[in-house]
Order: sequence, then structure tokens, then C-alpha cells
Amino acid sequence: MQRFVLKALTLGVAGVLATLPAWSQAKPVELEFYYPVAVGGPITKIVDDAVDKFEKSHPDIKIKSIYAGSYQDSVAKALTAQKGGNPPQVAVLLSTDMFTLIDQDAIIPIDGFIKTDADKQWLGSFYDAFMQNSRTDGKTWGIPFQRSTIVMYYNKQKFKEAGLNPDQPPATWEQLVADAKKLTKTGADGQVTQWGLEIPSGGAFAYWLFQALTTPNDAILMNAAGNEVYLNKPAVIESLQFWHDLAYKDKVMPTGTTDWGTTPQDFLVGKTAMMWTTTGNLTNVRKNAKFDFGVAPMPKAKRGGSPTGGGNFYIFKDATPEQQQAAFEFAKWMTNPENAAQWSIDTGYVAVTKPAWETDAMKSYLSSVPQAAVARDQLAVSVAEFSTHDNQRVTKLLNDNLQAVLTNSKTPAQAMADAQSGADRILRSYR
Amino acid sequence: MNAVYGWLLLLPAMVLLIAFTHYPALSTLWHSFFSTPRGARPARFVGMDNYAAMIDDPVFWEALWNNLYFALGTIPLSILLALIMALWVNGKLHGRGFLRMAYFTPTVLPMVAVANIWLFFYTPQYGLLDQIGQFLGFPAVNWLGNRDTVLPAIMAVTVWKEAGFFMIFYLAALQQMSPSVREAALLEGASRWQYFWRILLPLLMPTTLFVLINALINAFRVVDQIVVMTGGGPDNASMLLLFYIYQAGFRFWDSAYAATLTVVLLVILGITALVNFNWLDRKTHYQ
Repeated sequence: MQRFVLKALTLGVAGVLATLPAWSQAKPVELEFYYPVAVGGPITKIVDDAVDKFEKSHPDIKIKSIYAGSYQDSVAKALTAQKGGNPPQVAVLLSTDMFTLIDQDAIIPIDGFIKTDADKQWLGSFYDAFMQNSRTDGKTWGIPFQRSTIVMYYNKQKFKEAGLNPDQPPATWEQLVADAKKLTKTGADGQVTQWGLEIPSGGAFAYWLFQALTTPNDAILMNAAGNEVYLNKPAVIESLQFWHDLAYKDKVMPTGTTDWGTTPQDFLVGKTAMMWTTTGNLTNVRKNAKFDFGVAPMPKAKRGGSPTGGGNFYIFKDATPEQQQAAFEFAKWMTNPENAAQWSIDTGYVAVTKPAWETDAMKSYLSSVPQAAVARDQLAVSVAEFSTHDNQRVTKLLNDNLQAVLTNSKTPAQAMADAQSGADRILRSYR
Repeated sequence: MNAVYGWLLLLPAMVLLIAFTHYPALSTLWHSFFSTPRGARPARFVGMDNYAAMIDDPVFWEALWNNLYFALGTIPLSILLALIMALWVNGKLHGRGFLRMAYFTPTVLPMVAVANIWLFFYTPQYGLLDQIGQFLGFPAVNWLGNRDTVLPAIMAVTVWKEAGFFMIFYLAALQQMSPSVREAALLEGASRWQYFWRILLPLLMPTTLFVLINALINAFRVVDQIVVMTGGGPDNASMLLLFYIYQAGFRFWDSAYAATLTVVLLVILGITALVNFNWLDRKTHYQ
């Protein structure tokens, strides 16, 4: 028995030694690449095609692209794999997961790969609004890739029916309430048959939509270091009161929470005349709307603006230097002007660099779908998506309290005070 | 020699049980006394800190209460329905095979598919329930978007899904029942109610016990419909213990806290099993 164990061990060690030199030979560098799918459309095919094209132009790099589920699933898979000692070398994950990934010691900053002037120029070409969620502590940790903002979709036909100008969507909060009141229809039995506006608040994205109310009201919810939040400020409470009143006082929005997933459906079947949701839904709405629709930036209170959202490329720490360099090349290639433009056209995400909007492909797309430009123009006034250390926990705390207000079980002031004290307790150890 | 033989027969099952049940349970208990390792900071012993944090955590209590309501709301109702359905399809009636199949269909469907179907039923305004409601003149209800209605709505899905499954067990037990028992009872002048209450129900007790244990375990084990339909919202109104464990473990990456919550779940399941086997078992009549 003992001899058998010894033999097995020797064989095992010999096997490991035999495979070791294989790594150092000039074989192609192999990468595992995790990516999520968060919007409709044949995303996996688009990604695979892009990877194939990359491999053709970079014969020394082989990429295994792995579809990892939703954003939540993808980060869970990547971190679980990391704990098991087998993480991917590159992944697209939520930009807001940056602090979590840093705290788990899973990723490396990309500054070390920026060597040439061309690299510097490439890094400088990203919109600053997207970079706000990619930098902390003087380092850049993520490369913007599939990014979005919130826009307002409105049904032009319903605007005409209500006697409103279909080319003049509401630009301020007052106009929004006034227009929404005209767009809300009540049947003979006192039942609402058509809502003026829907802002999804169910599920995990309530905080994001909330930022589309706080940003115009000139309130910023957290600091760039991700260890302080400012939820109990008067401007924040005011924004939440406004959201609450849309349903309970102005009666232009359903009471209770509205599901993230059914909101586009409600818009497409005409149950709501306006909806706020991600630009990533543009392709979906464009293909399925049986009416003329418009896209508008977030209405202003004191200023304009929306949070950004979506995913960044991250390069993982547990990889050989060659693999990390290859991962960097891949991310750089995927975000070069032509590819960033193509990705935006195929999916509806906002092209992440300024040169991407200058490409011929993008220009011809814009001439047929002018709505796509709204999100880009909004970037000038957009802010970072809510993101802190222990992000999921802090975000959930905020979501819970927002939902408590929208289901009328807490006052806005009470809810934001609770969220603030809860978040302070969680973030204390990161200060 | 006989003892060795016996142990050898037990070995495969024992290895699996120890590797996948006992060791993880003990390891969970062990980890609940340590902090969560994060990046460069390794886990350190914190004693009862995780438990103290849990007792201070309002979401934990809400999940626990919700789970209790969920169990109380779904178990008696689904067992009662299962029994009624089984008695109904056990009788001689036309199309009984079709009826049995119809009752059993929900059980065959995957929970995720079921949850998606019900998601449509519950959609405000144009969902099935609201369409029927509007036809009858009831106001539209945002079933999954209100704190008061979300848990009952999820419970309804669970009862609908489970009753058919339990019905099969009752039906099997009823088919085993010798017709002479019924004939003898009726000959002695027992009414149909007396026959059901004094004879049939006691004879069905072993089945009821089995079904009850299954139902109790299921009540703490469900998570699919929460994931699909509500994500525990709004404001934790549909948060159940197992989903909270998942969230703590795989969303917050707080594995120590997840271990602590798991210990609570293990204790609850352990107690239910003990009560069921020791106390109820004695009251159950086996043939």
C-alpha cells in the first residue's frame, strides 16, 4: 500500500514537472474571458465573432470566451473561481464591482500597461463620465466597455393624443408632472388604464434610477474613495419625496414598486406613455415598438444628468505577466474606435470613446437612429454610478429603503436616515 | 466478522454522507466563529461576534418571521388540498386519469418556469389576475410590488405547486387501503364522516407524517421563486432565510455571516426533524 502511494506521488510530481516547461515555450498565450449578458439580442454570437477576429490578428493569443450569466452571476463566478485558485485572466464585470474586486485582491490596475504615447492617447479617449467609475486612489482599475446611461423613452403617438407636442418631451420636473398628468388616463370605473410615467424600482436597480432623480437635483451620493455616502442630505430626501409623490400625490405612476423587467413591456403595449430605463434597451424598443417613439435626456430640476452604468474590462491578478499583457491587448483592441462603434451599433450600449463616434459606421448608424445620440450628449453632465466598498450590501440597504418609501411604509426622511446610519456602520472599517 | 461485513455494507453511504453532509455542517459551524477573510486580511477568531451581529440584524429577523408565516401559510393548506384532491380522484368517475394528470402537472414543471408563468399572472393591469379582476370590477393590484401582498402571492404559487405532489402520496396510500375496511365500517353502521374521521384519517397518518416532513423541509428550502419573482423585495417583504444566506454568501461575499445564518437554518431543520420523528411518530398508527 505504502509503495503504491509513493509511486503515485512520484508519478504525479513527474507529471507536473513534465508539463512545466510547456508553459515557458513559445506557445500561444491562453486566456479565459468571462462576460455577462444583460440586454436582449444575440450577444454571445457578437462576442464570439469579435474574439475570432481578434485571434486572427493576434496569432500568439488564444481566448476562451465564457458566457457567465447575468452581471451578478458573472462576478459570483469570477470570485468563486478566484477563491478556488483558478480565476479568469480577463472579465467584463459591473463598473460598480470595482471596490469589491479590489478588496478581494482579485484585480490589478491597468496603469502599468500604459507605456507608449498611443496607449496614453487611447486611455485618454474614454469619456470622463465612464472613467469616474473606473478610477480610485489615483489608479485606473477598469476599462469601460459596455456602458450605458438612463434615458427617457416616450410614446409620440400618446403625446399627440394628449394634445402635447411630440417633439418636445418634458425637460424639467414641473413639465414632467404636468405632461404625465395629461398622459394618465382613467376609465369610466375610476381605474387607471394608462400611466403617464413608469420608473422601475423593483429588484436590484432602484438605486440607479434614484440617481436619475438625485443627479438633476444636484446631489452626489458617495465620494470617489467609496467609503462615505451622503444619503441624508436635504436634496436627496427632496428627490425621494418627488419620486414618492409621482405615485401618491400626482397619481401619474403606479403605487408600490414597479418591476425592472416588465417596464419595457408596459411601454411597448402602451400601458405607460413614458418610461425611464437604460439606453441598452434602445435596440429592443426600436425593434418591437409599433408606434413612433422618442428618446430624451433626464428632465432637469437644478441641472441635467444621469448616472452611468454597465460593465468594464478587468485584468486579474492571479495570471502570468504574459497573460496579463495579452488581456490588456485584448481589452485595448475591443475598445478601439471601429470595434467600440460596432459594439454600440449591435447592442445599444453607448460607444465609450470619442473617436468611436467619428467612425463612418457610427455616423451612418446615427443618421438612421438619431435617438442613439441622446445618451452620448447626456454624458457631459453624467455622474458615477453609486458604488462603495462592500458595494452589494450598501446598495441593498439603499434599495430596501427606497422601496420602503415607494410602498408607503417609511417617510423619505426616515428612510434616508436609516440608510445613512446603516451604510455608515458598514463603511466604518474602510475609512 | 458479521460486524465487519455490516460496516462494509454501510461504508459507501457513510463516505458520501460524511463528505457531503456531516463534514460541511461541522465546517459551517466552525467558520461561523471566524471573520470573513478579505483579500490580504485572513480570517481570525471572533467568537460569538457573528451571532451578535445576526441578532442585531433586522433583515435576519424579518427573513425568519417571513419563513415562519410562509410555513404556516403553505403547509396546512397544501396538505388539506392534497387530501381533498386525492379523495376526489380516488373515486370512480369519468376522466379520472385526465384529472389526476391535471393535478400532478404543476409538480412536473420546473419551478423557474412556473415562477415565470406566475410573474405574468401577477403583472399589474394586463396580467391574468388583474384582467379577471377588472372584468369583475375590482381595482388593479400590484401583487408583487406591495409589502402586504407579496408574501401571500408567493405562498399561493407554492401551494399550487406542492399540493399535486403531496396528492400522489395520498393517492398511493388510498389505493393500498383494503376495501374490506370500508365495507366492515359501513356494515357496522358508521356514517361516511365517521369512516373518514375515525378510520381513513388515522390509517393515512404515516403518509401525513411523511408529507408533513417533506413540506416543512420544503418551506425552508424554497428559493427559486424568490429569485425569479421578487429578489426578496420590496424592502425585504418576501425575504426568506435561504435566499438571505445566498445573498450574504454570494452577493456580499460575507462567508462568515452566511455560515452563521446556515447554522440557524440547520438548527431549525434539526428541531423539526426531531419533533416529527420523536413526538409525532409516537402518535402515528402504523399497520
